Amino acid sequence: MIEIGNISKVFGDRKILSDVSMYLETGKVNMVIGQSGAGKSVLLKCLVGLLETDAGEVWYDGRNFTEMNYEQKKALRREVGMLFQGGALFDSMTVEENVAFPLEMFTKMSKEERTERANFCLKRVNLPASNKLYPDEISGGMKKRVAIARAIAMNPKYLFCDEPNSGLDPQTSIVIDNLIREITLEYNMTTVVISHDMNSVMEISDNIFFVFNGQKWWEGNRNDLLKTDNKELCDFVFASTFMKEFKSSSQSKR
Amino acid sequence: MVDILTHLGAYFLMLRKAFTRPEKMKIFFKRLSAEMELIGVDSVALVSILSLFMGAVILIQSAYNFENPLIPSYAEGVATRDSMLLEFSPTIISLILVGKVGSSIASELGTMRVTEQIDALQIMGVNPVNHLILPKILAGVFIIPFLILLSMFLGILGGFLATLVTESVSTHKYIYGIQYGFEPYYIVYALTKACVFAFILTSISSYQGFTTKGGALEVGKSSTKAVVFSTIVIILFNLILTKLLLN
Repeated sequence: MIEIGNISKVFGDRKILSDVSMYLETGKVNMVIGQSGAGKSVLLKCLVGLLETDAGEVWYDGRNFTEMNYEQKKALRREVGMLFQGGALFDSMTVEENVAFPLEMFTKMSKEERTERANFCLKRVNLPASNKLYPDEISGGMKKRVAIARAIAMNPKYLFCDEPNSGLDPQTSIVIDNLIREITLEYNMTTVVISHDMNSVMEISDNIFFVFNGQKWWEGNRNDLLKTDNKELCDFVFASTFMKEFKSSSQSKR
Repeated sequence: MVDILTHLGAYFLMLRKAFTRPEKMKIFFKRLSAEMELIGVDSVALVSILSLFMGAVILIQSAYNFENPLIPSYAEGVATRDSMLLEFSPTIISLILVGKVGSSIASELGTMRVTEQIDALQIMGVNPVNHLILPKILAGVFIIPFLILLSMFLGILGGFLATLVTESVSTHKYIYGIQYGFEPYYIVYALTKACVFAFILTSISSYQGFTTKGGALEVGKSSTKAVVFSTIVIILFNLILTKLLLN
């Protein structure tokens, strides 16, 4: 479980995050939604320590991440897996080498064991035959799946996904969404997904946090989302005709 | 001024992070050998061609300028040797390597930065500065002096080959000239400069690439900055080292 306590972040004279608090549960997909520029990615970067917070604290299962020194943070990061927007695969390595990289860096596994584990992870994300290809030889969806395989290679406790569906077609998006959900349940991870894709939100989220103008504006689950009358959230979620119809049909069913 | 000091501070902080014990020595040596190949082996052809032709050109120009009967006939050989050893090989070749190696380092790291590969390393718990930059600096400091030695040899060889095609300098006088009054200290001087310039070009280029912010356009800008700043600092240190080492 991850607890965020009143974190704030300022860039120059722009306040990006203001007093944000959240409670991100283990074994659940915690989705942070919001408009572009609302501060979602900055929040994620503050959570994983890629950006320093100006105020507030982040706790990982009772461990205060904000107070940790460099070495302690480094040790905790081995429990973290992250899926970046573009995959962030290492161009100079093959798919298999990418997945095996954290194992080579931080474990005493032999080459055979590493290869076996990498291939297991690749098989888990339904990519069994691409291990010798380089990142520029595979599609965007495949890159995301390789990135998920790399993220789970070390059996992480926490998984962070920054817009996992950006640039993907609807069918591939569903594959990635389902994979994130399955892996979260399988490994009992605390998963945090940043997204503005409402299909993903309705498909896989357990907890939803709406960030607006750098503040946590609303939180709830899928059912709460359909019943909400929060103006800013409704403007964001039901901006499309499809979502408006989806809401009215689900309300008429009730 | 504040900007310069900020960058200088960030540069030294980066160096402090780079010079720490690598996470795994096996991976470090693998990366070191890969960098040696990229920085050293891949530059052999360029350095060879440049040095060979430059040696020949220095000889022909010296012969053209040394037509005075008071100047001994072996002076062209002395001039070619000393020009190559003292200035051309250590300084000019280093400046050319800034264009080739420096821009490549900056664009490689810049691309890694904008595609979040460096963030991915950091999230994994890897010290990205140590993992990516230390092998580049050490590979440069180790392999560039060998390129400079090769350049010295090929430059003098270029001069020799030029004597075969030009009638102004005889081959045996050239050979006598390149041996006349030879100071072995010149080699030490050139290699010292080579080590310092290698450190400057690899570390400044790494800093420019590593601190890239933005997208593809900024990667190009970082690459240009790497070449400009490395060149300026090398020229400055060339003066300082020449004054210190040849006094």
